[in-house]
Amino acid sequence: MSETATSNASQVPAVEGWFTLDQNPHLIGSQCPSCETYVFPPRESACPNPACDSDELKPTPFSRFGTVWSYAENRYAPPLPYRAAEPFEPYALVAVQLEKEGIIVLGQAPKGILATDLKVGMRMQLETDVLYREDDVDYMIYVWAPAVQDEVVGGAK
Amino acid sequence: MSDRDLVVLGVGMHPWGKWGRDFTEYGMVAARAALKDAGIEWKDVQYVAGADTIRNGYPGFIAGATFAQKMGWTGARVSSSYAACASGAMSLQTARASILAGFCDVAMVIGADTTPKGFFAPVGGGDRKNDPDWLRFHLLGATNPVYFALFARRRMDLYGATAEDFAQVKVKNSLHGLNNPNARFRKESAIEDVLNSPVVSDPLRLLDICATSDGAAAMIVTSRAFAEKHLGSLKGVPRIKAVSTSTPTYPQTILELPDFATDSSAVVMPPARGFKDSICWDAYEEAGVGPEDLSMAEVYDLSTALELDWYEHLGLCAPGEAEGLLRSGATTIGGRIPVNPSGGLSCFGEAIPAQAIAQVCELVWQLRGQAGDRQIENAKLGITANQGLFGHGSSVIVGI
Repeated sequence: MSETATSNASQVPAVEGWFTLDQNPHLIGSQCPSCETYVFPPRESACPNPACDSDELKPTPFSRFGTVWSYAENRYAPPLPYRAAEPFEPYALVAVQLEKEGIIVLGQAPKGILATDLKVGMRMQLETDVLYREDDVDYMIYVWAPAVQDEVVGGAK
Repeated sequence: MSDRDLVVLGVGMHPWGKWGRDFTEYGMVAARAALKDAGIEWKDVQYVAGADTIRNGYPGFIAGATFAQKMGWTGARVSSSYAACASGAMSLQTARASILAGFCDVAMVIGADTTPKGFFAPVGGGDRKNDPDWLRFHLLGATNPVYFALFARRRMDLYGATAEDFAQVKVKNSLHGLNNPNARFRKESAIEDVLNSPVVSDPLRLLDICATSDGAAAMIVTSRAFAEKHLGSLKGVPRIKAVSTSTPTYPQTILELPDFATDSSAVVMPPARGFKDSICWDAYEEAGVGPEDLSMAEVYDLSTALELDWYEHLGLCAPGEAEGLLRSGATTIGGRIPVNPSGGLSCFGEAIPAQAIAQVCELVWQLRGQAGDRQIENAKLGITANQGLFGHGSSVIVGI
């Protein structure tokens, strides 16, 4: 979806195990097999529900679609360890509410989607984009983009 | 006076600024000012509750001992607390617990900081892929102002708040702090000044966001018995009536610094009171008072828009009504419930471990009638509200 994604660079996730890198990417969260609550970012142990003593959490795909809870737009390059492109281009961050999971997840918007393109309540879908490139490897990150696809009824919402 | 009240015998500050000197230098100035204000000597202090700074190496992590040594070892007991922006209140709570438990009568609460320029970045070097604070910078570039902006944007999209409303908070606070000798920024701001300042994290502009500052604040708190012996009468002497350092209750459903995601509300119902509401209401309940009893509030205006959020968390108005309350003039000195009479973070910038203590210092000066041209008439009861990352927050109620 970005211009760099079409080059010959290979793609690896910038963080392991948080999202898939396929055609219909989705976040990978955790779910407690005992109380069924959800967790993001994913982890293997310690259910956060104080009423549950489960020490096992299982990976689970999260809904690909959600609605905007809020958003912001960075006009200045964040400090390290963010690897800002030079020259720096403003980018938006979006907090998206996932209905089934009852969770709000913060992510970047794809390059080129800015605050003026967003609104609280807007429908979004998960995509991936290049976070930074190093030694011909694209380090990929999940991003929230305005929804263009219809949800597949009965599919992984 | 309740048996659980703590007497504030003295307060002191080193002015806020940006000099980059050793943080203990600032702390010493504040400590000596508080001792002088209390009319006691250093050797009378039995307990030193330090608020930590994590950006100044080992001495910062053991602030209680650092200041005890700097003032000259006297055998006093020490504690060092870190609770992000609530560190100062956490230190006060530690001193309070020690006094109310009868372990000591006289404690110094102290915090000082020297801060780097620009955005706060994660503390410590190297790749730390298990540290959410490191990851939010690395993966998202989610600086602190990004989180402030998320809250500001919600006010705009849900309640119709405008950039002018946010700017009006800055205008008000800059007037309040104009002649505060401890404030770093003492300059009037007009709406246009704010609107003409560059956007940092949309929708927030440079003048909407608080700076990072050097500074120090200290206070001497004592048992009622000690204060009565020392002063004779406690009439008109400010007392700590509540200290709340509540953490969230699962599920925390508001996206807060430095998190990637909220807790899940899929199977556990959210609590009746959200995190920041509970910080304030726990203090009200402890003091046995309510918002209608307040003369003033010092709140954490990390951004102008966050000050408006606090109006609602404190119960000064209903959700969505903060802009109206601001516009009515109620939160300006002279109004029904002045907020940030000191000038707030807007005029101070943030010196993390000192800030929650500085909020209490302002209440004390107001309650004693020593606040100069920012004095609130007939001030009887005040509250502070503050929030830091990783589930920290505090609220302190002081009254006479």
